[in-house]
Amino acid sequence: MRIRFTKEQQEFRQEVSAFLEAETPPERRTIYGEFSEEKYWFGRALARKLAGKGWLTVGWPKEYGGGGKTFIEQSILDEQIGYHRVQRVGLTGLNFAGPAIMKFGSEEQKSRFLPPIARGEVEYCQGFTEPNAGSDLASLEMQARRDGDSYVLNGSKMFTSYYAHADYIYLLARTDPHAPKHRGISLFIVEMSAPGVSTRPLPYINGEVAAQTFFDDVRAPASALVGEENRGWYHAMTTLDYERAGLERYARVRRAFDDFVDFCRGSHYDGKPLSHDPVVRRKLAILKVGYGGLGLALLEGGVDAEPRPGSQRGGVHSLSLRHTAEVEIRPRGHGDTRPTGDPHPPVRACPPPGSHRRSQQGEPAPARRGHHGDTPQHHRPAGLGTPPVAAYGLRLHPSPGDAETLGP
Amino acid sequence: MDFAFTQAQEMLRRSARDFLESNCPTAVVRELEAKGVPYSADLWRRVADMGWLGVALPEEHGGSGDIMDQMVLAEEIGRALLPSPLLTSAVTCGRLLLLAGDPSQRAALLPPLIRGQSVMSLALEEPGARSPLKHPSTTALRHGEGYLINGVKAFVPYASSADVFICAVRSEDPQGITLALVESNSPGVAVTPVKSIANFPQALVKFDNVAVGEEKVLGGAGKGRAPLVEALEWATIVQCGEMVGRGQKILEMVVDYSKSRVQFGRPIGAFQAIQHQCADLQVAVDAARLLTYRAASNLRDGLPSSQEIAMAKAAANEMSRLSTVAGHGIYAGVSYTLEHDMRLYSARNMLAEAGMGAAARHVDAIAGMMGL
Ligand SMILES: Cc1cc2nc3c(=O)[nH]c(=O)nc-3n(C[C@H](O)[C@H](O)[C@H](O)COP(=O)(O)OP(=O)(O)OC[C@H]3O[C@@H](n4cnc5c(N)ncnc54)[C@H](O)[C@@H]3O)c2cc1C
Repeated sequence: MRIRFTKEQQEFRQEVSAFLEAETPPERRTIYGEFSEEKYWFGRALARKLAGKGWLTVGWPKEYGGGGKTFIEQSILDEQIGYHRVQRVGLTGLNFAGPAIMKFGSEEQKSRFLPPIARGEVEYCQGFTEPNAGSDLASLEMQARRDGDSYVLNGSKMFTSYYAHADYIYLLARTDPHAPKHRGISLFIVEMSAPGVSTRPLPYINGEVAAQTFFDDVRAPASALVGEENRGWYHAMTTLDYERAGLERYARVRRAFDDFVDFCRGSHYDGKPLSHDPVVRRKLAILKVGYGGLGLALLEGGVDAEPRPGSQRGGVHSLSLRHTAEVEIRPRGHGDTRPTGDPHPPVRACPPPGSHRRSQQGEPAPARRGHHGDTPQHHRPAGLGTPPVAAYGLRLHPSPGDAETLGP
Repeated sequence: MDFAFTQAQEMLRRSARDFLESNCPTAVVRELEAKGVPYSADLWRRVADMGWLGVALPEEHGGSGDIMDQMVLAEEIGRALLPSPLLTSAVTCGRLLLLAGDPSQRAALLPPLIRGQSVMSLALEEPGARSPLKHPSTTALRHGEGYLINGVKAFVPYASSADVFICAVRSEDPQGITLALVESNSPGVAVTPVKSIANFPQALVKFDNVAVGEEKVLGGAGKGRAPLVEALEWATIVQCGEMVGRGQKILEMVVDYSKSRVQFGRPIGAFQAIQHQCADLQVAVDAARLLTYRAASNLRDGLPSSQEIAMAKAAANEMSRLSTVAGHGIYAGVSYTLEHDMRLYSARNMLAEAGMGAAARHVDAIAGMMGL
């Protein structure tokens, strides 16, 4: 046992961090509620640059256009993308559809689908959930009826994230209505442009837009089937484990937390830094412990080379969702008081060389920015209001001198 | 001991619920939000016509009486998500006028306030480093027969709709707080709206050499702290009432949903994990409601109630948080879409939790009152 990154992994992490920091201007970063088309296409362009450096699929085997490294390197990339608030693109292809094709796909499917994913040139979405099949996914009703050398798809999928830019939908449908429910499901990759596919936009509260995706006599060639017919449930469970182990969401939330900790250092209440308040200290410390455990659990979950259905990683995923709610959504929800007309979140200055914090005990404490020596500085651009702290039990009072920056 | 509302109060609840269900469904709340309009002028007028703005103010000024009526309405308003300046205008400023105003100030300002013809807002918080209840840094310096006000007030609710601000300032006495009536169209007043959640209008209000006459001071220079504290206590308890009403509504919604949503061949309400969330929320709503009623009845009877109010707000905050978690947790995926109503409730929960002192402040106050 040795729970820390290797020296090479640490170097890789710093290299990726420096690259993303340099490549991502503040106005292209996405934080909660600030999704935009421009940011999406910025993310697409950046993905191609990452592919050019051999990083986009650093953890994929070389034969599929990957870097031949491990899950850890792939996680480092995910983590840095999240931490730098780059709009996520291509996630479904890179983390679920790609691995599933590698594992269960035919040679023809591998050579057709994998290289464009590795080059950052395609977008996939995921069609699993249905109106009546959420937690109980195996009760899904969408039909895929074999008809000659194609399948005919009928039904609808709910919450199709990333649908608007997707070239393909990676989906589950019922191929044997008579079999026990887990044993009559198959996995397909279908073109979103196929006749009969239509969508009803379903905007999320975070500014992104998903859809309900309808299939009305959609014909998919037999070659759209991935893996064995009626084994789709088992194939899919394998890839859900990849989804759950991803570090990107974790890092996005971790970034919000780190920024919030900086805010607590730099802001005052009744003349004292918030970070001296025992209630604030306790809450921040407990969250920090939570992140430590969560980050390690995510890494441990993915290091396991062959994720198994029914492993504990579902729990890890819920943990990550809970943290998203606690740190990103909740505090920002509390009276985000940025004056109208200031579209940009606080983004810290580029870290000076050598200022990256060492990760402790292998816990992914993402490479940081904005600390000069040991004295944390509070860089808040003029016009930025008071980040919310009320979630942590305090009324807000920005530091002295901020009164002017709050003005028009 | 009597936990019951009067028959008249029960009727008031029934009619308020009917009125709001027909006139303020969530579709109306959404429409206002989509237009970026903070509240409906038409609904505001009708609410005023029904006497809702004066329920806790004395009859001699056009009001009708009792804080318990106000609690009944607060619960219904919270339940319906009615957007309006009622809390800052009728409750906080109305109470301040009553407590600190001289007879001519009351006679001039309370009737139009109660009729909804004028909107007032309290300008208290500051973007400075200190609690404004201790030492406002906005100043009112002597100038001829009156004062010149200078400073910046933050998070001023409904500022863009207000005709008059009650501005908490520091005058000659550095320890005291002076309450000054400032008309929003006075030269030197600048209102800058601030982005907020839940379509809640707040603004930064700058006072730049704003001249006010001696007669605009409420209750005497330097004498504003006591009425301010009391008016905020009233506002806090009304806000608790709104939170309880909203929590109750969320509870009813998730219980209904748990009975109808089927997964794994059963209504999800058959699963213990869902049952416990509903039961915990029910307990929290009831506890917050009873603590709120107790504090309100003490306030009405002029009994010491600071601790009761702090306990009510701390309990309401915990309950509110729980209702957000249970609401999004039980509705799951669909509640994260804009088209689902849950987000309307949870965004208002968050605002209310931060308003009038977040939980930790009240918990601190309770610990202090326990002699700790
Ligand atoms: C932001 C977001 C993005 C998403 N993106 C996609 C996507 O791209 N593609 C896709 O296919 N899906 C997507 N989903 C859907 C997601 O997978 C489902 O929301 C999830 O599977 C839960 O299903 P449900 O929402 O129907 O909730 P339900 O299954 O109806 O659950 C309702 C409640 O019942 C509880 N419950 C259910 N069963 C049990 C049980 N046996 N015991 C105890 N409690 C139970 C649940 O925990 C929950 O509290 C997305 C969802 C979100 C929120």
